[in-house]
Amino acid sequence: MHLLKLILRNALRHKLRTLLTVLGLLVAILSFGLLQTVVDAWYSGAAAAAPDRLVTRSSVSLMVPLPAHYRDKIRAIDGVRAVAAANWFAGIYQEPKNFFPQFAIDAVSYLAMYPEYRIPDDQLRAFLRDRKGAVVGRKLAQTYGFKVGDVVPLRGTIFPGTWEFVVRAIYDGATPRTDTSQFFFHWDYLNESVRTRAPQRANQVGVFVVRVNDAGRAAEISAAIDAEFGNSAAETLTETEQAFQIGFVKQTEAIVIAIRIVSFVVIFIILAVMANTMAMTARERRAEYATLKALGFGPGFLGSLIFGESLAIALIGSALGVALTFPVAHWFGAKMGTLFPVFAVSASTVWLQAACAVVVGVAAAVIPALRAARVRIVDGLRAVG
Amino acid sequence: MGIPFSYTMRNLWTRRLTTVLTAGGMALVVFVFAAVQMLDTGLRQTLIATGQPDNIHVTRRSAAAEISSVVDRAQADVVESQPEIAIGAGGLRLVSKEVVVLITLPKHGTGVATNVTTRGVGEAAFDLRPQLRITEGRRFQPGATEVIVGTSIARRFDGAAVGSLLRFGGREWRVVGRFEAKGSAYDSEIWADADQLQQSFRRNAWSAVVARLADPATLPALKGRLETDPRLTLDVKSEREFFEEQSRVLSNFISYLGLTLSVIFSVGAMIGAMITMYAAVATRTGEIGTLRALGFRRSSILATFLLEATLLGVVGGVAGLLLASLMQLVQISTLNWQSFSELAFRFTLTPQIVAVSLGFAVLMGFVGGFLPAVRASRLSIVDALRAV
Repeated sequence: MHLLKLILRNALRHKLRTLLTVLGLLVAILSFGLLQTVVDAWYSGAAAAAPDRLVTRSSVSLMVPLPAHYRDKIRAIDGVRAVAAANWFAGIYQEPKNFFPQFAIDAVSYLAMYPEYRIPDDQLRAFLRDRKGAVVGRKLAQTYGFKVGDVVPLRGTIFPGTWEFVVRAIYDGATPRTDTSQFFFHWDYLNESVRTRAPQRANQVGVFVVRVNDAGRAAEISAAIDAEFGNSAAETLTETEQAFQIGFVKQTEAIVIAIRIVSFVVIFIILAVMANTMAMTARERRAEYATLKALGFGPGFLGSLIFGESLAIALIGSALGVALTFPVAHWFGAKMGTLFPVFAVSASTVWLQAACAVVVGVAAAVIPALRAARVRIVDGLRAVG
Repeated sequence: MGIPFSYTMRNLWTRRLTTVLTAGGMALVVFVFAAVQMLDTGLRQTLIATGQPDNIHVTRRSAAAEISSVVDRAQADVVESQPEIAIGAGGLRLVSKEVVVLITLPKHGTGVATNVTTRGVGEAAFDLRPQLRITEGRRFQPGATEVIVGTSIARRFDGAAVGSLLRFGGREWRVVGRFEAKGSAYDSEIWADADQLQQSFRRNAWSAVVARLADPATLPALKGRLETDPRLTLDVKSEREFFEEQSRVLSNFISYLGLTLSVIFSVGAMIGAMITMYAAVATRTGEIGTLRALGFRRSSILATFLLEATLLGVVGGVAGLLLASLMQLVQISTLNWQSFSELAFRFTLTPQIVAVSLGFAVLMGFVGGFLPAVRASRLSIVDALRAV
């Protein structure tokens, strides 16, 4: 108890220095948390993938379409419960920087496969009735102020021309980790329009999302689908939704790795600051340490004094940093809008922050504690400043 | 009169551990600051080097990238017949009608399936890109299912060495050569004969038309005429402008993220400098009193402590830049969001980055040392001399 009191008194002796150190820790732990959350956001698509969903695409690359009649062939394969087509639309809403994902989908079967997209029944019926209708996610609707009944014009980059869609439904995510920044409309509408404008590009599908009866048979069914179209004009590649999503992340892996590295650099920066604070503190108190030793306190006691002070400052600063991470992440996620569809602080991020705080607190105290333990009473008592 | 410079130097030397820790923190901030700019510069240089100043690049209107562009044969012929276009050695117009597709190849080592730009080119393509040089093997034969691969591709992908077979588009393509294109985006591409590629991907149209202008000054006139021609739905750009746009999203992302991080991190480093300098002032109160009693002015004291903080910044800045310059040995490759394909580029250090980073480091030291220096200069002589 006395030790704890002494530690706290010591920590508050240089109020300005302690305050500055705590402030530095706060900034560092906060930015560490945000960077980790950015990395998490990168993987959010893969994290939200369901094990019973597969994605079939052209084996050449994602940009090569598949014939629409594959839909029926895939459905006929044993173990397949449902199939839905999806085309990446890549339209521009007003300005290129307003990016959000848009998909032309087989409405009924696709939405049935994604129960995590919660749509009110009346809105769903209205969407299914309207050929030019669209379903938008809650986050997307909030970002651009879309309301049910609004007309949204998109300028196509893959499918030329300006396309107008009427928002008929807004979906909510079943969990905070569900991506609600997407825009869905009818594949039939896209296909009909393409047929009149560029007939040779009609009846083409970007990917098929396949739902299987038994997630345990995913690998076997994937192989069966690919075998069905082997040696045809358009061979397919089928993988689980998770593998498909990770494939995207992997291609930008260099950026993810860079962010990861940088997030640890900030911890090193704050470690340098914290170690400096402790080194200065210990140097100024050499005479006291000598006095304590002269009174009979051992090196262990001095060590725990210094470690205790260092940990106390580190933990206070980090606790404030962790507490601030949540509101700041919320604000940042809202500001970024649809760029990061899911931006939520995960439990593992908080644990990592706490672990970093402990490591910084301990590491910063090592050298000063060693020095204090080794100080000779005579030298210490003689020391000035 | 100023206080001698050696006083400042010796002070930093006496508190070596503190100096190293403070400057080390700043060095890391400068490292991040410089590395991000080097990355951005490397990316820009790669894509700018890709475009030739007197080439034009024609794609479908509002197609953001070559892969989403479609230029049908009739439109391409209209472009080819324009009088501004240069005539090559054989009397043919310097025009390459190209088809660009993406194929997926496994990356060497990790096996990650990665999008690779594959470009089918006409015969004039090599005249249009003089930066391209065959370093191994030979060019592909027109009409044969042969490909040549860029240096980055040959190095980073399995089965892309000269002599091996690549399978895509329902056919097997023999790799007959390897080319080097002066660090431009072509280094991350595979090239083949345009007609062969078009057939295997069942395309009936081109993706883009690249042409040389006899006189680059005629671009605005040509652009105006082609873009208003009712038969055409095309965008005409100088090649350099086109490739610069291709890098914009990635480049903005890198620079915004980097700038935000540097600013936030620098707060930490400045706090470090502030702590150090406050401590320096506190432990030297007696010295400051003595100096003042000897007749040094408040402004000299202020200057000395500011100089000391700034020196800390300089030491940190130099160390950070040394660390960052090592990054020049690293090549990174990532997906370019706009072209949706793999792009390799290097960290590139320029004199401008060196200057800006050092300036940033000095600023950090100066800002961190300002308040402590003011406190030092405002101490009254008597109080300072009395302090122990």
